[in-house]
Amino acid sequence: MPPLLALRDVDARYGPIHALHGVTLTVDEGEIVALLGANGAGKTTTLRAISGTVRRSGSLEFEGRSLGRCGPEAVARLGIAHVPEGRGTFSELTVWENLRLGAYIRRGSLDADVARVLEYFPWIEGRRAQQAGTLSGGEQQMLALARAVMQRPRLLLLDEPSLGLAPLVVGEIFRIVKELNSREGTTVLLVEQNARISLASSDRAYVLEVGRVAVDGPSAALAANESIRRSYLGY
Amino acid sequence: MRGSVLARTVVIGAAALAIALAPFVLSDYNRSQGADVAVFFIAILGLNIVTGYTGQISIGHGAFMAIGGYTTAILTHDHGWGELATIPVAVLVGFAAGVIVGVPALRFHGTYLALVTFAVALAVPQVAKNYSHFTGGTEGLVLPAHTGLWLYGASWTAAAILFVLAWLILRARTGRAFRAVRDSEVAAVSSGVSLAVYKTVAFGVSAAFAAVAGSIYVLVNNFVNPDLFGLTLSLYILIGAVVGGLGSLWGVLAGAAFIQLLPIGLTSSHALSSQSVPVIFGAIVILVMALVPRGAADLLRAIASLHVRRSSNAPSP
Amino acid sequence: MTALTRTLVPGFRIRSSWIVPLLVAGTCVFLLVGSLSSALFAQQTVSGLANGGIYASLAVALVLIYRATEVINFAQGGLATFTTYVAWQLIDWGLTYWLAFAATLAIAFVGGMLVELVAIRPVERRGNVLTIVIASIGLLILAEGAVGWIWGAQVKFMPSAFPARVFHVGGVAFSFQDIGTIGVSIASVLVLWLFFRFTKVGLAMRAAAVRPAAARLVGIRVGWMLSLGWGLAAALGAISGLMAAASPSVLLQPSMMDGILIYAFAAAVLGGLESPAGAVVGGLSIGVLLNLLPTYVGWVSSALLLPVAFVLMLVVLLVKPSGLFGRTRVRKV
Repeated sequence: MPPLLALRDVDARYGPIHALHGVTLTVDEGEIVALLGANGAGKTTTLRAISGTVRRSGSLEFEGRSLGRCGPEAVARLGIAHVPEGRGTFSELTVWENLRLGAYIRRGSLDADVARVLEYFPWIEGRRAQQAGTLSGGEQQMLALARAVMQRPRLLLLDEPSLGLAPLVVGEIFRIVKELNSREGTTVLLVEQNARISLASSDRAYVLEVGRVAVDGPSAALAANESIRRSYLGY
Repeated sequence: MRGSVLARTVVIGAAALAIALAPFVLSDYNRSQGADVAVFFIAILGLNIVTGYTGQISIGHGAFMAIGGYTTAILTHDHGWGELATIPVAVLVGFAAGVIVGVPALRFHGTYLALVTFAVALAVPQVAKNYSHFTGGTEGLVLPAHTGLWLYGASWTAAAILFVLAWLILRARTGRAFRAVRDSEVAAVSSGVSLAVYKTVAFGVSAAFAAVAGSIYVLVNNFVNPDLFGLTLSLYILIGAVVGGLGSLWGVLAGAAFIQLLPIGLTSSHALSSQSVPVIFGAIVILVMALVPRGAADLLRAIASLHVRRSSNAPSP
Repeated sequence: MTALTRTLVPGFRIRSSWIVPLLVAGTCVFLLVGSLSSALFAQQTVSGLANGGIYASLAVALVLIYRATEVINFAQGGLATFTTYVAWQLIDWGLTYWLAFAATLAIAFVGGMLVELVAIRPVERRGNVLTIVIASIGLLILAEGAVGWIWGAQVKFMPSAFPARVFHVGGVAFSFQDIGTIGVSIASVLVLWLFFRFTKVGLAMRAAAVRPAAARLVGIRVGWMLSLGWGLAAALGAISGLMAAASPSVLLQPSMMDGILIYAFAAAVLGGLESPAGAVVGGLSIGVLLNLLPTYVGWVSSALLLPVAFVLMLVVLLVKPSGLFGRTRVRKV
């Protein structure tokens, strides 16, 4: 079966800065794949390349179709939900409005989706009218995830979900991500600095270094390999 | 580098020669039109100093022209001064007005400054209308007429003097300070340039130039009233500066010619009515902003660089 | 937003966020009391509110565009003038007033969208905010020039939808024109509010205005939302222009909206350039203020109204740039 997402020799630039030098990776349907590496390795840029937020060249295929010159709006319509670094929450709008926007591309009744979201994030129920910017960091991250759930994506791109959050909250978020994957079958490509929890929660992992893939393989194997952990993952 | 300096000197020399010889071949009416070009030349020069070189946008220079114009008119009409003698006074009054505007302008940037100066452009003529005891109100004041030749000579002499003055100022430390303020306020401050002083001085000098333009404008028209300094005047000065190229002295002549001569050229062929001129101007401004935001001077520079090889890091004049 | 607290009486604190509502409430009380005690005051207040409605509509148009792009559209008044002339033409061709009104709104909406696509988008791609501002000035000259070119510069007469009669309430004469203007202005702003609050597109426009990058990621076509914003702004401007032309003190001529644009700027600034509600309050306030001043303060003649509005705007910008209703916003992606 062809992979859900396939990147081949993808380059990306921020103006004169050459951030990705030929990234090649695949994500199969139903997997959770982790993208690891140090700061500046190109992890966030890779997600941005997929969602079309940054200019890129090379081959990017989703469900067998080329992502070509698709911008973020088109990519979202294809079924890819990108939760960016910093969550991309609409702070000035209410919790409910944020959820509503998650389902922007969908038509028809949202009742079923809202019910699902409340199953995963029951605390949202009483807080629909609250301004999203006044939520705590962990709640905003969960709201961002909830928004992505509303979109019913085939592929979920998660950028640094653990950033700035307490370990307990991080654990909760990764638990929900795994549940989304196992119950809904949502494929996940996850970018993280926290290698330990990423490897524990994912099926496979790629390690990026200076804009290209340095090491890849099953997460369990990478986690068990002490020399790889020390040289690439810092623990 | 050498080549383009030579090219520029040749162009300026040719233009100066053309300007000096023109009155001999033009009719008297055309000469007074030529004086109008000088008026815009001076005003655009002034605007360029504050907007092009110091980076503070002003859509209100018509107001400074009004101040200069009314100074000349009142001194000539009510107090019997000789017209040309009023010009230095206009310079001082204009400078003061510029500083008065420049001080609160320190607090504004970009769009907000545009907003405030736009409002000034509309407010000042209203003030002139109100205090009719001094200004002759809506009807204004009538001034002695002059021949086209006299106007042409007076205006272009003033223009030449001011051009040289502008060139000297912008070349010297003041000019470098202006440019530093425009390009990076943070860098300017850290190299010891006082933002407040230079920004205010820029406004003052710029307004003084505009005031002279206003004085001559009033003489060319041989009367003054508030309608002479409407919104359109301020807008056209800005357009002239922008089309000619902000931050370039050489573009000022192109800008002034564009504003004054293009309409004449368009309507004299009788293909277009005079009413169509603003539409064409507006369309040209939008096109320029979309295609060549830095104006004609940039375009000319680009063309010149095709002939003269020079590094892409050459500084602007 | 930090709340400044002062303790006057132990246990009772005044917050700075109370000051504005108190000010507004106090002003309303003042106006009410004045109107009840003096027929002239009441009349001037009502006609001031009518003028204020005209300024408020245009001010909201300005805010709509500024909110999304940080660009002040200097052509907003000029475009309003153009659409008002379109309405005049339709009426001249035989349409009834309200039919022409509706048609003009539709034309303004579509026209506004087209203007953004054709004139502004290409400039946006190129430059910074100032380039777009200068382009909007070009647009202003183009719009007013087009009016002069197509219809000539002589003053024209614009009929009004509202009868020119007055009616009396308790000895005070009010004109249908004024009440009608207030009604139309309020209705249009209300409809807009409902649109933004309760429709999917309205929500998408708000999202695109505050966080365009995040909006793209959920599939919102931010470019289209911008065009829609310009279309709505143009429609609001059309309403402002139509109400202005119907007012007895405004003549239908190419420079018709120049002064009104300044009042709208002042209103928008007063209310906080990013707050439509603020723009409405600002507009109504300025309308009433500029009507009461000449009546009760001798030296303020009609010619000085514009400079007064300018000074007011300047003071607000110097003292509280975010306006009465604004809050300092941090732009994030």
